[in-house]
Amino acid sequence: MTTKAEEKKSRFDPEPMPRRDFLGIAALGSMAAAFGLSILGMLKLPKAAVSASLAKKFNVALPDTLAEGEAFIPPGRNVAVFRDGEGVFAISTVCTHLGCIVKTSVNGFDCPCHGSGFTKDGTVRKGPAPKPLPWLKVSNNGGMITVDEDSKVKSGTKV
Amino acid sequence: MKAEGYSALHEFWINLRTIPNHVYRAMFRGGAPKTDRTRSSFIFGNVFLHLHSVRTHLWSLRWSTTMGLGIITTAAFLITLITGILLMFYYKPYPEVAYQSMKDIHFIVPTGRFMRNIHRWAANVMVIAVILHMARAFYTAAYRNPREFNWFIGWGLLVTTLGLSFTGYLLPWDQLAYWAITIGANIAQSPREITDAIGITEWFDIGGLQREILLGSDKVGEEALIRFYLLHVMILPLALVMLMAVHFWRIRKDGGLAKPNDADERVADEAKEFYPVFTDAPAKTYHLAAVVKGKTPAVGSGPEHTVPSMPHLFYAELGVLMLTTLICVGLAFISDAPLKELANPLVPENPAKAPWYFLGLQEIVSFSAFMGGIGIPMLCVIGLGLIPFLDREKEGTGEWFGGPGGWKLVKWSLVVGFVSSIAVEAFAIRFGWLREWFPDIPQLFITFINPGTVLTLIYAVFSIWAVRRYNSTRAGALALFTCFLCGFIVLTVIGTYFRGPNWDFYWSPSSWPGH
Repeated sequence: MTTKAEEKKSRFDPEPMPRRDFLGIAALGSMAAAFGLSILGMLKLPKAAVSASLAKKFNVALPDTLAEGEAFIPPGRNVAVFRDGEGVFAISTVCTHLGCIVKTSVNGFDCPCHGSGFTKDGTVRKGPAPKPLPWLKVSNNGGMITVDEDSKVKSGTKV
Repeated sequence: MKAEGYSALHEFWINLRTIPNHVYRAMFRGGAPKTDRTRSSFIFGNVFLHLHSVRTHLWSLRWSTTMGLGIITTAAFLITLITGILLMFYYKPYPEVAYQSMKDIHFIVPTGRFMRNIHRWAANVMVIAVILHMARAFYTAAYRNPREFNWFIGWGLLVTTLGLSFTGYLLPWDQLAYWAITIGANIAQSPREITDAIGITEWFDIGGLQREILLGSDKVGEEALIRFYLLHVMILPLALVMLMAVHFWRIRKDGGLAKPNDADERVADEAKEFYPVFTDAPAKTYHLAAVVKGKTPAVGSGPEHTVPSMPHLFYAELGVLMLTTLICVGLAFISDAPLKELANPLVPENPAKAPWYFLGLQEIVSFSAFMGGIGIPMLCVIGLGLIPFLDREKEGTGEWFGGPGGWKLVKWSLVVGFVSSIAVEAFAIRFGWLREWFPDIPQLFITFINPGTVLTLIYAVFSIWAVRRYNSTRAGALALFTCFLCGFIVLTVIGTYFRGPNWDFYWSPSSWPGH
């Protein structure tokens, strides 16, 4: 890209970039882009498409002796299932603060880790918890109760 | 090619006999390190030793300059490295199996329990030493030009050290480990507190993403364990070693340790005992002088008031290394590292406590997960990193509590820091906080107005006062750093000794209710 002296317009006009510089910058740029894209690709690896965990939907057989207001904790699950005159409902026992497991008490639920307290319907009573305990979807499944830990429902929804 | 007068076979025999002598001479090219001169060539001819300069200023060798804290940290790291590698012979990073292998290390492996104790104590010593080392560098104003970048590297080392401790905490897979990491991972998720409050979690769930990347699943399980293991034994140690190499090398390149301007006069008496090498200050650095433009910090300062690093500095370093080893081994004899019951994802430990240096955080987390766990810590970490760029004054470099205000200001900052931290905590413990008074208060109020943010505000106001009173950014830095240090100590002590089951306040663990 040589320019003849008489063709030069003004010293304020930008000089054309020499071919070698252009090719060098293009090579560097494409290398940087290749590195950048491969790093972006690698960053996808730590987040699996499916995470290994127990099935979130499970069946429970409530004991006939379960009294009103008494919690039934299905073995191995962080859920409390209740039955009263209006129906059956399930409340998650994972504290909304930092994920400890709350215990049922006379006041409702209490968290052992940072002292959050919830009423019997899961509303925050005291402590740092930012949200009420979620109510989980339950359905009747021929004598069994199906609880779905993945679907939350409005509190007060009983089946 | 054979030498004259000998047969090749005879020469081979001579070569064979002189192997030890020859290897020795090949190693010490300049001769055995027996004189100052050969010791110097020994230091700069050795890849490990040449991180030291050949001569060390007498000021740097004074106990009061560094208190050996950097070397204590390094020594503690070396101890954790060696004991950690030994523990890896038996440890298996898989849930339940991990716990069984910890039990094996504890009860079956010869010296296993002892090695684990040393590993744990050295890790604790390292955390304490790295914090004190940072405080030393801050209070002697050693972070200033030309050492800003090295402060930055040191900041990276602090974060990496805490990361190493945190990842190591999960590996025993006992109740203590499981619930501490559950809480930690949920702190990573706590930006949801904000995104929930303004209703954008559905589209922008940075908290949930952080937690998922950390755990590799929606729960602390096998994926989380292998991730923490990988971080603990590979990624973070490699990062730490690289940062350490840069950190040490930069000390030399930045002209040795920070010294006051009149350091030469102040060590003049000691310097008389040593033989001077040469007295003309070099106008250029010794090497690369023809290639590199510009000056390094060493230019213009002669070797007066310096002594050979070998043996003076090396003896000091080895002494500190031995002392650190003694402390770690001694503590390992006295106290066993804890191993509780096997992790149970259904029943939390009560109280579930993180490692002690995170209990200050856990204390403010018990008011707001986001502010306590992410907001305020990020503020501290970013603030710490930026110190050298915010305070660029010259006065007081290399002096303890140097700069406007000095020890008097630090003393008052200690009073303000301790009194305000204890007062705010006492108030919150005695009278509760916003939700106890106004049960229906929106979450954003609690996130932004809680004991943690109130304390931060008090510290900030006091520091602004200090800046104006002394008309100096250094005075503000002194006040702020001291206040945060006090807050860290007060909150850590409360979290460690005065919090029991349900994170309730107890005067002593002996008054905890049985559970």
